[in-house]
Amino acid sequence: MSEYRKPLPPINHLSRPFWEATKQGRLILPRCNHCGTFHTYFEPWCSTCGEEGVHFEELSGRGKIWTNCRFHRSYFSGMEESLPYNVAMVELDEGPRLMTNIVGLEHGTLDEMPIGMEVEAVFESVTDEVTLVKFRPVRK
Amino acid sequence: MSIASNRSDSVAVVGVGTTDFGRLPDHDKTSLGIWALREAAADAGISLKDIDGLIVQRITDYQKFVQITNMSPHLLNCTPGAGRITGGTIALGVQAILSGLVNTVAVVYGNDGRTAGAKYGGKDDSYGTGADQFWSPYGMTSPGAVHAMLYQRHAKLYGTKPEQLGAVSVAFRKHALHNSKAVMQKPITMEDYIAAKFIAEPLRLLDYCLINDGGVAMILTRGDRAKDFPKPPVYVRGIAQTSRLAQGELPDDFGFAAMQSVAKRVFPMAGVTREDVKSLMIYDNFTPIVLFCLEGFGYCPVGEGGRFVEGGRLELGGQYPTNTSGGHLSESYMQGWALNVEAVRQVRGELGSRQVPGADVVQYLQGGPICTSIIYGRDVT
Repeated sequence: MSEYRKPLPPINHLSRPFWEATKQGRLILPRCNHCGTFHTYFEPWCSTCGEEGVHFEELSGRGKIWTNCRFHRSYFSGMEESLPYNVAMVELDEGPRLMTNIVGLEHGTLDEMPIGMEVEAVFESVTDEVTLVKFRPVRK
Repeated sequence: MSIASNRSDSVAVVGVGTTDFGRLPDHDKTSLGIWALREAAADAGISLKDIDGLIVQRITDYQKFVQITNMSPHLLNCTPGAGRITGGTIALGVQAILSGLVNTVAVVYGNDGRTAGAKYGGKDDSYGTGADQFWSPYGMTSPGAVHAMLYQRHAKLYGTKPEQLGAVSVAFRKHALHNSKAVMQKPITMEDYIAAKFIAEPLRLLDYCLINDGGVAMILTRGDRAKDFPKPPVYVRGIAQTSRLAQGELPDDFGFAAMQSVAKRVFPMAGVTREDVKSLMIYDNFTPIVLFCLEGFGYCPVGEGGRFVEGGRLELGGQYPTNTSGGHLSESYMQGWALNVEAVRQVRGELGSRQVPGADVVQYLQGGPICTSIIYGRDVT
């Protein structure tokens, strides 16, 4: 694998289960033991109910584009060669929303990946440690 | 003497000062703040020794600031250089006077972002929880991209159009042409707006504020002393804040809940309604938030912001002349500070060709995660 220059997540004891799961092609998120809210952050506390204690739960990996944008300027070294690139926020069927990229339409316009488009998770191994969760349009 | 014995019933702005704005490589944020404070003190007709409270924002070297100005304030504080903190910094100064802790406070801001190469986005842009885990690996970063994504959703839900963002950009540029301190002095048309390059599409360069160097200061004092100063006092009639720092998911209400919470307090506090407000100063780091603020603070129904700004409603001569200095989009990104000074100058009536006639009540609106509003008035109640 050639050197990967784009930003990588700092994996710590709280986020390690998430990144281990993506390597196995599974999307899991922390879920509050008390109120059941899924978290898109790795902390021991729940910002919804204020209780402490989370466990990981697997999600379907299916959802819809909630909003998106397309970068024409690079803020990170390594992203320049991908310009313009899309970033989407996908609302998963289970409720939480994740930042991601839509694949298969890398050079597409925003009109080609409209809000509401059904998408499904794909797992893109970028380094030995990191597999990113991206999404592709659901083929019907 | 009890702890409550020096309380004040009201607070007024009696001095304002601004530096030049632009690329000022011979200055740093400390010297820009000192420059602005000296302007404000001259405007108030006082010496720095008359100031017993000092709160500096973004000026991390408060020590040098106080050494050089040779002040010995009874209250000294330093707040971080994020625009969302601005309203809270002013509120601290107001409360310090109301409580009786001090009599006269200088709130001072210095920003050398242009010369220092400040970037809003990239590896140091943490954006609270989760950005390094869930945003950066996908190339997501920058307040501009956040606003692009919020606008994109607003457009889908309510049919908002790029030309409506363009109306905001064009209006504020028109205002800048009446302000010799504004960095942008060239008129723009809607065609120029649409032709501007995308940064975080759907936002264009002309939807973005201008990072520059500059300083701003305001001097606040007890309302009962305010008439002793040379300039007409401008009273802080209302000030309110609500923070809603959404998790990494983006606010699904464009910040409306926080804005509505602030509006519910700030108008009754000031004893005015929206109909009494003659001019608005809206924190315009990006054009979409102008629409969101108009909706969230109740100037138009939710979803109607795009249509509301058409037809010159925010322009001089319109119903709500907004950001008459040119704002962050065309004057300079002074993180809300210069907009507060513009509000004061409007209420004083000293703005020449950009003066809004009869501007006795002017409101500052700051949306975003630390939502704040300040209502300035010519009369104490």
